[in-house]
Amino acid sequence: MAETPDGPEPGELPQARVVEKRRGGLPLVWIVPLVALLIGAWLAWRSISETGPAFVITFKTAEGIEAGKTKIKYKSVDVGLVESIELSRDRSKVLIHARMEKYAADYLVEDSRFWVVRPRIIGASIQGLDTLLSGSFIGMDVGSSKTERRDFSGLAEQPVVTADDPGRHFILKSDALGSIGLGSPVYFRRFPVGEVESYQLDKDGQGVMTRVFIKAPYDQYVNAETRFWEASGIDLKLNASGVSLDTESLASILVGGIAFQTRGDAKLANPAAENAEFRLFKNRETALSYEDVVAMPFAFSFKESLRGLSIGAPVDFRGIVVGEVTDIQPQFANDAIYMVAFAKVYPDRTATRQVGESARLKHGWTREQAFDELVKIGMRAQVRTGNLLTGQLYIALDVFKGAKPAKIDWDEKPPRFPTIQGSLTGVEENIATITKKLAAVPFEEIGEDLRRSLGELEQTLKSMDRLVKNLDQETRPEVSETLADLRKSLDSVERTLSQEAPLQQDLRGALREISRAAASMRTLTDYLEQHPESLIRGKPEEK
Amino acid sequence: MSAPTAVGRGLLACSVCELVMRAPSGATQAICPRCGARIHSRKPHSLARTWALLISAAVLYLPANIEPVMITTSIFGAQRDTILSGVAYLWTSGSWPLAVLVFFASISVPLLKLLALAFLATSVQRRSTRRPLARTRLYRILEFIGRWSMLDVFVVMVLVALVNLQALANVQAARGVLWFGCVVVLTMLASMSFDPRLIWDAAGENDGRDARRT
Repeated sequence: MAETPDGPEPGELPQARVVEKRRGGLPLVWIVPLVALLIGAWLAWRSISETGPAFVITFKTAEGIEAGKTKIKYKSVDVGLVESIELSRDRSKVLIHARMEKYAADYLVEDSRFWVVRPRIIGASIQGLDTLLSGSFIGMDVGSSKTERRDFSGLAEQPVVTADDPGRHFILKSDALGSIGLGSPVYFRRFPVGEVESYQLDKDGQGVMTRVFIKAPYDQYVNAETRFWEASGIDLKLNASGVSLDTESLASILVGGIAFQTRGDAKLANPAAENAEFRLFKNRETALSYEDVVAMPFAFSFKESLRGLSIGAPVDFRGIVVGEVTDIQPQFANDAIYMVAFAKVYPDRTATRQVGESARLKHGWTREQAFDELVKIGMRAQVRTGNLLTGQLYIALDVFKGAKPAKIDWDEKPPRFPTIQGSLTGVEENIATITKKLAAVPFEEIGEDLRRSLGELEQTLKSMDRLVKNLDQETRPEVSETLADLRKSLDSVERTLSQEAPLQQDLRGALREISRAAASMRTLTDYLEQHPESLIRGKPEEK
Repeated sequence: MSAPTAVGRGLLACSVCELVMRAPSGATQAICPRCGARIHSRKPHSLARTWALLISAAVLYLPANIEPVMITTSIFGAQRDTILSGVAYLWTSGSWPLAVLVFFASISVPLLKLLALAFLATSVQRRSTRRPLARTRLYRILEFIGRWSMLDVFVVMVLVALVNLQALANVQAARGVLWFGCVVVLTMLASMSFDPRLIWDAAGENDGRDARRT
């Protein structure tokens, strides 16, 4: 739209050629911002659609975790990223804000677990060595639940078993944690088939619960009759058959372990369910020999001192250990102090399960009734000395004929088992009685009397002495005179009795006469024997 | 008060063969009688083009800064760096001059360019008469520093070529660098399509120019 040129020499310049002006609509250049907008919109849509859900994991410490760097990995695949870290309001925990990848959004379910992967020795192997270089990451195990969840509490330790490992979990109960740790192997016929997954105290602190995982093909060997025992360490036994040494693998000596085996016929027993509970025995022997399915708590109250009876002391029935003492307490009742020993009694130890059960069931008794029957025939508990040297006591159950009748009150918790005074204590008591009687003897008075008697004796002796003196001085001359007279008399007697003396002669003559008379007497009696009639008829005439 | 201009005198110059000619009258398209090139007294659709390219650059400026420009893979793990995180890394690692330089060249220059061009285009559209000389200078500075924004792209390029130790360490260019390059190129094109003569036209400094004409 130039106006008429009014330059100084316009005529000298050439005139521009002219074509029709293209009158397009919008210039083509506007395609560029359109494309840019499309690209921007596409990027924005992608970033929004690819943004997974945010969630929070609570940990005790954020050691090794960095905002924006630490990844969340599931089976070593990145599925999320830590976005920020903050302390909880009460500063006791660390809140890790993280974001999941879009495709992994449905991994955030109720029973998903998170933990920080650090290098560590688990069982007999080392795990997480790669984190030494790359720094820790948050490991994840996706649960099987369908319920979504956005806040998690991180595990303190990496779980040994992930949720999708085929197999079953079992819970082992024991009094104390043996030398087992996380990841300790579980052996079946010395074959590693599982691992210790976790352990914790019971809610009431009365025992330890160990959770083990048995891998899939092997979990079928766990059934109702399976016994678990601590396979850690070396079991050295010295018994009548000599020395026996029992161990599992060398690794289990070092890191501990658990072994299991099925008692009796495994085919008969039902397979154990997931999370079934088992007792964890101290060793293989106890695991396989006792059937302590039923433990009955009893209280045994004694009048005597229980010095020497320790917790864990056996309850013995004629040589079979049927229980153990769990606690000892004094109790005050009826103006007297009783020592009460609490014990667990395993009634099935007296017989194999089948036999014992069948006998009991034949009578239709419950266990309590069976005990009632035993008490009725005189079963009592007694404290006996197990070892005279150490003075260790044990509780013996035995039948005492003529024991005072007693009954178990099953309403009491725990029921009180009737007791009888101990054998040794009886002896002691007898000795005590004797001692008491001895003490009652008035030794002092006796001594006094004795002294007095001795004094009197002395006086007696003194008077005796005087008497003797008197005798010596006064009587002796008389005695000697008497003796002289005596000799004279004896001399005259001798003279009288001598052979030539007239008395002797007369005597001899008399005797001769007597013997003659006797001879004629004999002749008479002989005749009378042969002729008894002569007594009546008289002597017949001589022919 | 208007100064004499070529347009004011009804003259046109061929931008190809430099022939000076008389402009035709009416809304027609002038053709150089010597070389046949299409001749405009001002860059055609200058403001529209500038605006279009400017808007495109502004749109792409966001992903260029949000998306990572570089992925460093090493045995210590993979790391994705945006321009800002690179600046932050340089700053925290103590290379302050370098951090300032990268921040200036890669973040503030494109932004300033966008803002300055938008300001210039707006001022022309609103027929501003204020300080046309200063605005022309601003345009010159823009043209000069525009290419420096490519610094970041060059850094990534050099690193990708240099750090290629396979498993040990590896640097890859990420999508962000593409958007960033687009932003730089688009802003350069936008500043090229802006005709600084319009500043003077709009200010009414040039005679014979219809203020509406762009």
